[in-house]
Amino acid sequence: MTVGVVLFPGTNCELDVVEAVRDLGGQAEVVWHGDRHLPPSVDSVVLPGGFAHGDYLRTGAIARFSPVMTAVADFAADGGPVLGICNGFQILCEAGLLPGALQKNRGLKFVCDTTGVRVETAATVATSALAAGDVLQLPINHFEGSYLCQPRALDELRAEERVVFRYTDNPNGSLDDIAGVCSVGRNVVGLMPHPERAVHPLLGSTDGAGVLRSLLAAVPA
Amino acid sequence: MTDQASGPPIARFHVLVEVRQRPGIADPQGATIERALPTLGYGEIHDVRVGKAIRFTIDAPDADAARARVEALCQEFLTNPVIEDAVVTVEEASA
Repeated sequence: MTVGVVLFPGTNCELDVVEAVRDLGGQAEVVWHGDRHLPPSVDSVVLPGGFAHGDYLRTGAIARFSPVMTAVADFAADGGPVLGICNGFQILCEAGLLPGALQKNRGLKFVCDTTGVRVETAATVATSALAAGDVLQLPINHFEGSYLCQPRALDELRAEERVVFRYTDNPNGSLDDIAGVCSVGRNVVGLMPHPERAVHPLLGSTDGAGVLRSLLAAVPA
Repeated sequence: MTDQASGPPIARFHVLVEVRQRPGIADPQGATIERALPTLGYGEIHDVRVGKAIRFTIDAPDADAARARVEALCQEFLTNPVIEDAVVTVEEASA
């Protein structure tokens, strides 16, 4: 299974994802944001963390105009698995592939820590190898990580069990402790924590491996 | 300003878009500035909010048409309506 890892100008976590995927026995290749098409070998797509396009205007706001994003949106519309991590989550929200927005953290603080993240549903491309109720220890590293959406969108997320991850101890003021959500089709998932940084005992936790294993097991479009 | 081969004459308008955080959205910059003010003796200043000002010009048949285009652009790109709103000012550029 091959994961396409999108590299925007300002992305800085793409190699972490590539290494983590390879460590778990998968294949990964970096896809340049200026490409109009995803490589045919790609079975799933990761939008990694960083500061795509310098986070100019708003986090994730410019990245949605990168040529590759049209291909990513088509891939997602066909049911292809797409995972957005941190800045990648912000990009998916700005691109309209996920509802809501990420605002500055409560308390004016950039947060860099390991935090408890509860899996709320196993019925997504990023959690199929996990069980609802699992609590993962995952690194977070963000300033704009406080999730917010309109009340009606929140009602829908709850009713359709599309809140995928919740913080066990809310670090940033996110609405309803939300750390990650998924699309209606459950094939597009975004989360602020970094599972790719928790795949080896040397990194302090291997809890992120289940998220990437799920993606590797996801059936492509 | 210029006449097009077809359609109404087009004028140029100066536009100011002030992007503001919606009420209730955290504004760490504004809060930090406000907390700093008393140390400089400006303790009477309250309700500091920091936003963005985006200026540009636009060609349109009239001010209403210019405003409609800019407001659509705000919805689509210049603001994230979940967390921000915008105040649009349109002024015809002097010939």
